[in-house]
Amino acid sequence: MIPFVIDGQPVEGREDGNLLEVALDSGIEISHLCYNESVKPYGACRLCLVEVVRNGRSRMTTACTYPVIEGIEVLTRTEKVLRARRMIIELILAMCPGDKLIQDMARKMGVHEVRFKKEDKDCILCGLCGRVCDEVVGAHAIQFAFRGDRKEMIPPFGGEAMNCIACGACVIVCPVDVIRMEEEGDERTIIRWKRTLKMKQCKICGNYFAPWFQLEKFKEQVKLPKEFFDVCYTCRT
Amino acid sequence: MGKISSPQELERYQNEILSKRDPHQPCVTVCGGTGCHASGCHQVIDAFRKVLQDHSQGNGINIRVTGCHGFCERGPLVVIYPQKILYQRVKPEDARTIFEETVLNGKVIESLLYDHPTTGTRIVHEEEVPFYQKQMRIIFGNNGNIDPTRIEDYLAVGGYRALSKALFSMTPEEIIREVKKANLRGRGGGGFPAGVKWETCKKAPGDIKYVICNADEGDPGAYMDRSLLEGNPHSVLEGMIIGAYAIGSHEGYVYVRNEYPLAVVNIGIAIQQDRELGLLGENILGSKFDFDVQISRGGGAFVCGESTALMASLEGNVGEPRAKHIHTVVSGLWDRPSNLNNVETWANVPVIIERGADRYTQIGTEGSKGTKIFSLVGKVNNTGLVEVPMGITLREIVYDIGGGIPGGKKFKAVQTGGPSGGCIPESLINLPVDFDRLTEVGSMMGSGGMIVMDESTCMVDVAKYFTNFLKDESCGKCTSCREGTKRMHEILTEITEGRGKPEHIDLLEELGWVTAETSLCGLGQTAPNPVLSTIRYFRDEYREHIINKRCPAKVCRVLLRYRILSDVCTRCGRCAKVCPVKAITGKKKTKKEAGEPFQIDTEKCIKCGMCFETCKFEAVEVQ
Repeated sequence: MIPFVIDGQPVEGREDGNLLEVALDSGIEISHLCYNESVKPYGACRLCLVEVVRNGRSRMTTACTYPVIEGIEVLTRTEKVLRARRMIIELILAMCPGDKLIQDMARKMGVHEVRFKKEDKDCILCGLCGRVCDEVVGAHAIQFAFRGDRKEMIPPFGGEAMNCIACGACVIVCPVDVIRMEEEGDERTIIRWKRTLKMKQCKICGNYFAPWFQLEKFKEQVKLPKEFFDVCYTCRT
Repeated sequence: MGKISSPQELERYQNEILSKRDPHQPCVTVCGGTGCHASGCHQVIDAFRKVLQDHSQGNGINIRVTGCHGFCERGPLVVIYPQKILYQRVKPEDARTIFEETVLNGKVIESLLYDHPTTGTRIVHEEEVPFYQKQMRIIFGNNGNIDPTRIEDYLAVGGYRALSKALFSMTPEEIIREVKKANLRGRGGGGFPAGVKWETCKKAPGDIKYVICNADEGDPGAYMDRSLLEGNPHSVLEGMIIGAYAIGSHEGYVYVRNEYPLAVVNIGIAIQQDRELGLLGENILGSKFDFDVQISRGGGAFVCGESTALMASLEGNVGEPRAKHIHTVVSGLWDRPSNLNNVETWANVPVIIERGADRYTQIGTEGSKGTKIFSLVGKVNNTGLVEVPMGITLREIVYDIGGGIPGGKKFKAVQTGGPSGGCIPESLINLPVDFDRLTEVGSMMGSGGMIVMDESTCMVDVAKYFTNFLKDESCGKCTSCREGTKRMHEILTEITEGRGKPEHIDLLEELGWVTAETSLCGLGQTAPNPVLSTIRYFRDEYREHIINKRCPAKVCRVLLRYRILSDVCTRCGRCAKVCPVKAITGKKKTKKEAGEPFQIDTEKCIKCGMCFETCKFEAVEVQ
């Protein structure tokens, strides 16, 4: 473990760890939107800004992408950091003025009004859904398309996400909760990715428990007896 | 010619090429660079070929299509050897006369010569043209002498001699020491010392290391890397091979944008020729050093010029930058140590190795050594590519080389460093141009774009133009860059369209600060420069737009007011006739009637300027 200091408090981090995870583990709150410990740090939302003092030189950086280095001093609440974070959250709030979570975060940071033209987007482009789909699920169903302010997270060519297994990982990980999953009868739909899949019935209880397509993919990936995939999670235990 | 397997053999081959060349033999060289291509050099080349073919004395006279000479304003350029007579703006129909008069009889054709802009005297030779006189063309100079598709031409001017020296009389450490001593700083924009970069890459753990040439030049109006790759691709390759040997790399990539078709073709030909002669591939020149280069064509995203985005794109991923707390020289392309330099930096390497760092460092300023190629464009008489020693003043570039501002207009500012550079005002025109001075005044060297602006340029409009470019070219990953550039553009649009508010200037500065301080890559970190530098030096112009709703340069259409001066108006009625929205009324003067002066209904006026353009009596006033 590598020792360093956050806001005067001595802390320790893993060799390949990052500042944000150490801060959060040590109970030091740093607001963030695009970070999730299950995927690699990305550095898109720019909210987790901190000042890092290293070899006597100070620079502002995102805590999620900065590696744990021995002897550095991290400052999470300097005037410079707070001022920059306020502008970032104001920019995000201007994109998605209707989002409850963003409104709350902004209020907590002292941002009460937006000085820019309000848009009515819902996605904050943090990329978590796509990264979880790539790095955790391995389905690679969605990707960022276009660039600049036309950037969008969409299935290939904006059509149906043909690789999507409707596992719902993106639904859970989305910080602003804009990806919806619906189940009706024997069908499960991820609305945002235009993906509807037929579900399989559990051999024991008869409930529809997972999409056929998903179970087929899992069969390819893990070495388990075929019957394992005939029974729902509840009946398995 | 098969593979060359020793330095002695290379020298013999070079001597053999030279011995076959008679320096007194007439030769017609036509510039085939980008600028001359646009002004029709290919028709001129075809015309010369036809004349040489048809004429009884045409046999044995060479025609050589060279790389860019830099003086693009005056293209197509033709230089007749051995006298080195420069003809400018040559047309296909001039080919026969040039051949008969100059090539055969040595007579100079006055009408095709370049007139000295101030004295009016006609200039016969290229080196006497003021445009070239203050330049120092150590990197770019050979462009005009060689046919980029013929390796013999490059060898004839001493090409690959530096490589031979590096491979056989220097150790990799000595090469790095020499490059460090020369203080070669990255010409792609960052200005990071190349020698330090090479050393870190050499020391980084790993057997496989990559050497990359960044030819993703994307600044609007800048084309020096393009012209080097098109006009002298072997100089870039020679630099890369020397660098690879110093670093211990055996694989290289040239990442070149696909919008540069001629550059892609010429570098491809050069790589093939190098492989055939044993200058690339296994056991280069018999030195037991192996190195090969592949071309990767970019799709044209500006952000792919950023090193980590470029490497992501090379890997086949989306060109998005990543955090560089672990440098690419340690973990870059496919997580292996990768040394990336831009085209011009690589082209400097053979010069340093051949001349030695001591001679090289005689050129330039304390912190910036050598020369820099700028693409001089905008409101300047001689647009083109100029290579100047570091430390030359902006005034010398704009006035002595660039020939000043056309149309007798007043100089206003010069924008350096590409879209994310800054605007430097007239008060700083004596500024010596080098990496550090440009950064001090809020601009940057960038890859070497230099856009001259005159009094008819609106600085708010300029800031809006570049911010719009950056907004579109931001990869969109960081909130600060994506939203920051978008909002800055939005506010600048408000200001130029008469909806500016006094608090907008502060808001722009605040946004600029956050975008620069918190964005991940160089694009975002420098994106506010156009806005911040124009506010810094032209704050009054912003105020005029916001408070008085006036555009002093008369550029921002919405803010213009057109008025007909009734005492000047001759009542001819032409303005009313051309007005597309019938906003002008009055009574035309006839033989019988005196008529009434014409007037513009400002409510209806769409400010198209047609009346202003049409009026012969200057009766229409713009405010």
